[in-house]
Amino acid sequence: MMTELKRIIKAGFINFTRGGLVSFAAVLVVTITLSVITFIVLLQAVLYFSLDQIKDKVDVTIYFTVGAPEVKIILLKDSLLKLPEVKDVTYTSAEEALKLFRERHKNDYSTIAALDEIGTNPLGAYLNVKAKEISQYESIANFMKGDNALVLGAESIIDKINYHQNKLVIDRLNAIIAGAQKLGFLITLLSIVIAIIITFNTIRLTIFVAREEIGVMRLVGASKMRVRGPFMIEGVIYGIIATFATLILFWPATAYFGRNMTDFLGLNLYDYYTSNFLQIFAIILSSGILLGVFSSFLAVRKYLNK
Amino acid sequence: MIYFNNVSKFYKDATALDNVTLTVVAGEFVSIVGHSGAGKTTLTKMILADENPTEGTVFFESINVHNLKNNDLTKLRQRIGVVFQDFKLLPNKTAYENIAFAMEAVGKTDEEIASDVPHVLELVDLSHRLQHFPGQMSGGEQQRLAIARAIINQPELIIADEPTGNLDPINTHEIVQILKKINDLGTTVILTTHNRAVIDSVGKRVVTMERGKIIRDSKHNK
Repeated sequence: MMTELKRIIKAGFINFTRGGLVSFAAVLVVTITLSVITFIVLLQAVLYFSLDQIKDKVDVTIYFTVGAPEVKIILLKDSLLKLPEVKDVTYTSAEEALKLFRERHKNDYSTIAALDEIGTNPLGAYLNVKAKEISQYESIANFMKGDNALVLGAESIIDKINYHQNKLVIDRLNAIIAGAQKLGFLITLLSIVIAIIITFNTIRLTIFVAREEIGVMRLVGASKMRVRGPFMIEGVIYGIIATFATLILFWPATAYFGRNMTDFLGLNLYDYYTSNFLQIFAIILSSGILLGVFSSFLAVRKYLNK
Repeated sequence: MIYFNNVSKFYKDATALDNVTLTVVAGEFVSIVGHSGAGKTTLTKMILADENPTEGTVFFESINVHNLKNNDLTKLRQRIGVVFQDFKLLPNKTAYENIAFAMEAVGKTDEEIASDVPHVLELVDLSHRLQHFPGQMSGGEQQRLAIARAIINQPELIIADEPTGNLDPINTHEIVQILKKINDLGTTVILTTHNRAVIDSVGKRVVTMERGKIIRDSKHNK
């Protein structure tokens, strides 16, 4: 058994080196396929990063009336935090709100002067609520509106909730994000299917060249595994070489993108590539090997009938 | 040893074999002669189960070859050496590797391969071609290599399908002599040819085929 395996592996290597241009072409096509997969992995990273950033910008703010008791607000904050949809709630007190307001308008003398004129703090405290998913803001807003026991009595201290003003934007964003994710998934699926078909056909062609040889091997009395094995080993070799070629190609490519496109993409691709190198390496290597072995396995099967 | 029982093979619009009954005894040298398309090659392919009969059965000893499962078929083929008109060597393997491959197929050890291959290549006068690829050899040399591959595992039967079809008279003579020598050592040989001179130089049993039928068998006409 071990001798058989050793012979199969050796034959695979010899076939690969003697294959010359045919082997080179197969490696090239597998490299292209793996590049498509790597490209998609990076594209997904950019897409998800951008979507996360957009999602992070969306929030709902609950403004309280001036002089609303802090205990009640904190009580409401705690009950909000208990909701499964809520990711985070930040409390900004009336004093802090005033400080932020002054900071924001420090160059606007007339506003600051008017504020000084009033003497008291005209601003109320507010809670900033972030949901886990954009689609959940509506239910959070509804929760605030409803006469839920948790928020009983809160209505009197709430000045306004800005969700309803932002509803249109939030809904549209939600639709765009869902669409982008769906489209991203479809493009990924389609590209990968096309790449796999192209690779499969190229490997099939390399084996088509050897179809007579396969028949002869069978007539000489070789077992199916003895005939098929070396082709599958060749598939593994295509996969491994193509993996290294792809990873080397993407090094300077991501470096270029990292240097020149980080502002546009919002993500430094080179940093992403290097920090996730092991995962990408694992994805590409397993895809490459699987693709090579599986294509060879299927392609040889056709000529192994007898 | 081999028994064809009323074997017929029909293709869509042609008849390759028509009710053929033939017995080959162990140790015999049978030459099957006939024009192209007479059914000689189909007959030999039937023994290897490379073709299935439309009707009838083919036995190798007591085994119905067309009832064999994959593994058993592999084992049967390991008992038969085959030589083809177009040599059917593995083009990407050297002379040494071509023969080693046939030995590996039957599970011979590396040591056996290393000692037997040079020996058999010497037998067919190809010692100097050990590391050459088939493409670097002449037609006669390639056929001698194919014969070396066929006999390396000491098969019980050698099927030589038009082995001299692509060779000049000198090489033809050499190949026939090698096959006779193999037969003298006890191996059954089935040779197909359309060359009358080959039949004459073998001088053994001759089966004549025409349009898929056996029209003459020298064994019965003696």
